[in-house]
This record gives sequence, C-alpha cells and structure tokens, in this order.
Amino acid sequence: MRGAARSLRIAVRYTLLLAAAALMLAPVAIMVAGAFKPDALVLPEAGTLRGLFPERVTASNFADVLARTRFGLFLSNSLLVNTAIVALGLVVNSLAGYALARLRWRGRGVILAGVLALLVIPFEAIAVPLFWQVTLLGWRDTYLVQILPFTANAFAIYLFYTFFLELPRELEEAARVDGAGPWRTYLAVVVPNVRPAFASVAVLTFLTQWGAFLWPLMVTSGPAVRPLPVAIATFFTQPPLQWGDILAFGVMMVAPILVLFLLFQGWFVRGVAASGIKG
Amino acid sequence: MTTGTQDTRSASWRLDHSAAGDSFVHRRDPRLRILLGVGFALVVVSLHRLPLLLLGLGLALGLALLLNQPLRGLPLFRTLFFMPVVFPMSLVAVVWVLLYAPGEAGPVNAFLGWLSLGSWSPRDFLHEPAWALPAIMLTSIWQGVGFQMVILLAGLQAIPAERYESAAIDGAGGWGRFLHVTLPGLRNTLIFVVVITSILAFRLFDQVRIMTQGGPGEASTTVIYAAVRAAFERQQVARGAAMTVVFFLIVLAVTLLQRRLLRQEREGR
Repeated sequence: MRGAARSLRIAVRYTLLLAAAALMLAPVAIMVAGAFKPDALVLPEAGTLRGLFPERVTASNFADVLARTRFGLFLSNSLLVNTAIVALGLVVNSLAGYALARLRWRGRGVILAGVLALLVIPFEAIAVPLFWQVTLLGWRDTYLVQILPFTANAFAIYLFYTFFLELPRELEEAARVDGAGPWRTYLAVVVPNVRPAFASVAVLTFLTQWGAFLWPLMVTSGPAVRPLPVAIATFFTQPPLQWGDILAFGVMMVAPILVLFLLFQGWFVRGVAASGIKG
Repeated sequence: MTTGTQDTRSASWRLDHSAAGDSFVHRRDPRLRILLGVGFALVVVSLHRLPLLLLGLGLALGLALLLNQPLRGLPLFRTLFFMPVVFPMSLVAVVWVLLYAPGEAGPVNAFLGWLSLGSWSPRDFLHEPAWALPAIMLTSIWQGVGFQMVILLAGLQAIPAERYESAAIDGAGGWGRFLHVTLPGLRNTLIFVVVITSILAFRLFDQVRIMTQGGPGEASTTVIYAAVRAAFERQQVARGAAMTVVFFLIVLAVTLLQRRLLRQEREGR
C-alpha cells in the first residue's frame, strides 16, 4: 500500500515536471519550427501541434536574413562588445575587490560604502543622464560607449570582495615568504583560489549584457556598431513582416549562446545561484 | 542632475532640437506637480501587477520544490527550465508577439481554447487594455522563472537536512514540513527574489517597446518606458530624468524594505 502511494507521488511529480517542460519548451519549439517553414505558413500553423513538424523544411529564411540584413556585422558587434565588457570587467572588478578586501589605504571605508550604495542603483535609473553625458563627449555610435559604462560594476566588485575576504590570509603570506611580489602573489595564488568568483562574474555579466537593449537602442543610430538585440527589434519592424525570416534571425541569434549554455550550464546555474546567496 | 536643463538629439528616436527649461529648478511649475502625480499613479497602478508577480514566484517555487527531490532526470528538467534565461529579452518579445497573435490561429489563443474545451473566445492580447500588461508580464515570467528557480533551489539546498528529520520525528507531514521548515528556512531567499522581481517589473522596457509601445493608450506603460519616451520621443530630457529619479526612489524604498525585513529576522533570532 505504501509502495503504491509512493509510486503515485512520483508519477504526479513527473507529470507536473513534464507539463511544465512542455509549456517552457513550446515557445522555443514554435520559433525553431517557424524558422524552417515558408513565411506564409508560419502564422496559420503556429497554434497547431502539426505546425511543430513542418512537412516541407526549407532553409530559405536563413538565406533571406543574410540577404536582407547585415547579420554577420551585428553578430560580430555583439561578440566584440560582450567579450570586451566581460574581459575588462574581470580585471577591473577583481582588482578593486582585492584592494577593498586586503589592502589598507586611506578612504577604503568610504569607497566600500560607495560600492555598497551603488548596488542599489539599477542602470535604467542613470540611463538618461548618462546618455546626455556621452552625447556631450561625442561617443555615440561607437563600441566604446557600449563597453565602458559596463566594465566597472558594483555587484561584481562586491562579489569579488566577499570571496577575497573568505580566502585565508596564510596563502598570500606563504607566497610572500617565498619571495613573490604583490602581482605574482595575486596572479599565481589569489586568482586560482577564487576561480568560482571569476566564473560567476563572467557568466552574470555575459547574461545581462548579451541581451542589452535599452542602452544600445539609445546610442546606436545605424547598423555600424549595432548589436543583435537591437538589430532583431529593427528587423521586426521593417516591412515586409515575414515571420519565417524573423524567426530564422532569432534562431541564428540565440544558437551561439545556447551552445555556450549547454556546454557550460553548470557555471551558468552556479553563477546565478551565487548572485542569490551573496546578494 | 545636470541633464535637467538640457535637451539632446537622439539618433534612434529622431528628435529635433527643442527649447531648454523643462527642469527641476522650476519648483512652482505645475508640470512638476503633474510629474509627481504621475509617479504616484504609476506606483498605485503597479500594485495591479502584484498577482502576476506572485504567480511567477509561485511557479518558480513550485519548480524549485519539484527539482529538490531525489528523482531521475532532474538535471535535464533544470536545464530546460533555465534555458529561457539565456534568451535575449528582445528576441523573446518578438517571438511572443507571434504567440499572442489574435484569432484562433494564435498559439496562446489556441492553447487556451484547447484548455477550456473550446469555450475560450480568442483575444487580441496586445491590443486590449486589460490584457496588454498581463501579457507582457507573462512573457517576462516565462523568461525569468528559471532564474528565480535556481536561486530558490540554492536556498532550499542550504536548509539543513536535520531540520527536516527532527520535524519528521515530531510527526510533521509533508505540508507541515513545508510550513514549519521549508518556508522559514527559505525566508531570506524569498524576500530577495520578491525584491529583485518587483524591481524588474518597474524596469520593464524591452518587452514594452517591442510588444505594445506602451499601449493601447498607456495601459502597458512602465516607469522606465515613460521616462525614455519622454526623453527621446517628446524631447523632454528633463522630464525623463525626473521620472528616472522617481523610479530610483521606488527602487530605494523597496530595497530599504528588504533590508528592514532581513534585519528583523536577525534580531528575532
């Protein structure tokens, strides 16, 4: 009897999980199926189960996207901007966190309080004044304006700071006794010991910046430096409205990050979980 | 707030040069009062979003609880539920415009029709005042539920197993364990998730811009959408900047509330 109740409970759980999975997957499935269908069939078939298994698979939508838009340019813009933000951010924020956690200097307390205060301010709150500022600097329509405001990041500094605080001081002292200077100590002893912090910050920065829309929309006026999220919104409003092409654009846009996610999903999930625990 | 007296040209939103002087400095300006009124109204209006926020939170908690079990194949489900998080919001918004297509062919309408055994009358979700904002929020829930779920799951796994064991010895059933062990143990994580989610609700921009442009009327206009629109479409940078200040004050209030709740708990122990 108990065994029956147990297997019933397990069956209920799997049913719930499968239902949730179907709901979560449906939009993705509709997108992928639509990307391989002739434009005229996408909308009429979108609400049907049969529509998920197109009778005639075509790649012409992808060819259309490449012909109608400068997809390669948008992709390389996105890659360049995001790689720069992540790489520069890791260097700047980890060093700042280290200075706050380990070094003694005048004004440290004030800066630390400032970083904590900045945690509260979302980017949207400063977007309008920042836009005005970069306009004065003449930085619009550049890569720089998409990278620089996002390198130093209070949350990343704080995350590194907490990780460095938990690191036993003996490690650094041992390195110093062995004759390593501050940079060697940092690079050879400290950094390898807080790899999870680097991974979390890299993942979180990438996740938030890869989809960035508001700021690039404000600061880019043409395709030259425009990243993918703005490009698909522009393509979406650009007549003729061809759903097949739009969905093909979407598939091409999300495929690289989806591959990254599937390869490194442990890091993604841990990075997000860390934001909850530390924040 | 130096932007308060300046206007700028934006390329994407195509503006013309306009007169300065729309600023905070003019304290008696009736427009400031209107603005504060608008800010207040936006806060009140946002209370309507609470049920949907709670729905999203409930879903995330449900998924986290389901995944916090010794069952086979769970990593696969976790991957699936988390996957939308890596989708850029602008892409999600575009895809959901298709999902919300009016008429029986629209996937959401078709699904609701199937669910209600055909008694659902198809809606034009994004063009009906009562549906536009809930539709946008449902899209946001789809994209963000995996994010909340992962944070809640980490919180669940941090609850010591001994607490469940001693509750079981005391004779607590599944529901009792949930009420007396899981919920108290998850309190801080829940507060954190509620706070970031409600802040996200005020920050909504991408979906609003792509799916409804704030409409119909102003039914789906969020604080940030209103601010950016004021600054770039109506060439009122000062008003836009002031709205973002109102937005910041809202965020600050929510955050201070969070700190207070967390402190209460620490003192309570």
